[in-house]
Amino acid sequence: MKNIIFINGLVLILLIFSLIKDRQKTKKSLLIALKSLGKMAPTIISIILLIGIMYAFFIDKIAILFGQESGILGFISIALLGSIVHMPALLAFPLAGSFLDKGASISSVAAFITTLTMIGIVTLPLEIKTMGKKFAIYRNGISFVIALVIAVLMGVIL
Amino acid sequence: MKNTMMQKNKKNGKKSFILLGLTLITTILILMLMPEKSPEIIETSLSYFKQMALIFPAILILMGLFTVWVSKEFVMTHLGENSALKGIVVAFFLGAIPTGPIFVAFPMAQALRKKGASYTNIVIFLSAWACIKIPQELIELQFLGAKFMLARLGMTIVFITIMGVVINKLLKNEK
Repeated sequence: MKNIIFINGLVLILLIFSLIKDRQKTKKSLLIALKSLGKMAPTIISIILLIGIMYAFFIDKIAILFGQESGILGFISIALLGSIVHMPALLAFPLAGSFLDKGASISSVAAFITTLTMIGIVTLPLEIKTMGKKFAIYRNGISFVIALVIAVLMGVIL
Repeated sequence: MKNTMMQKNKKNGKKSFILLGLTLITTILILMLMPEKSPEIIETSLSYFKQMALIFPAILILMGLFTVWVSKEFVMTHLGENSALKGIVVAFFLGAIPTGPIFVAFPMAQALRKKGASYTNIVIFLSAWACIKIPQELIELQFLGAKFMLARLGMTIVFITIMGVVINKLLKNEK
């Protein structure tokens, strides 16, 4: 609840600020928000339903796959999964949160989120085209290692 | 360029509707064939729906506001000209503010490189864009908690900076 109030309060303040400065621009930004809601709505609803189905059928499997028992191999496969899967990051967090609620380890959830956002297999061709092959390989390769390190540290700290 | 992007958008739109159709059919089938599972599915989905409904509009408005107020030109003029430490801070900040999807960031990075920005700043800019966007962090706060979000954010900033410096060295040595 605290977080909900914080997020909405923050945006409300910015919105009021924007409204005072420029009505036209504020209107335009609200229209953009509405449009992206329309665009994302089908995916949002799908993810919410999938989380529900997952809870009903695979609760015990999540702990096995994402839990401490899955070992290093499980941990690395989750990081690989995060690198390959392409989904809107905004929707990956609710999914990851539901894993955590159901007994996934902090490390594997952190590995999944970090590789998902940092590494882009889908955008790799564009990255190579704009920044060069070496740059793209270095950035994605090192990002993968970093994601693993962050994930392990998260498990130690939290 | 614009045309292909619009086509891509349309294709993605179609895909998301196919996904929705498939999940709806699956859900209805499960609810009908396995009524004993129904309460749990409905309860869980409703609870997630409530959480999403309470924060998602705010997140989208936040993204809309930044899109309108912070132009691509603003980002381009402020990135890449600053000295070491200031340049890094600016790269993080400009990457983290929500101004568009990642495929917009790559051409910007390319232009910045031509303008003479260091690889360090470009790596930081791109990585911040991909993984510490402000709306993303707020959603993470909601669904994974403040401790998780802050710990991951802090470490990500540290490691991205190190990666920026390392890649800069690697690419410089080769030339």
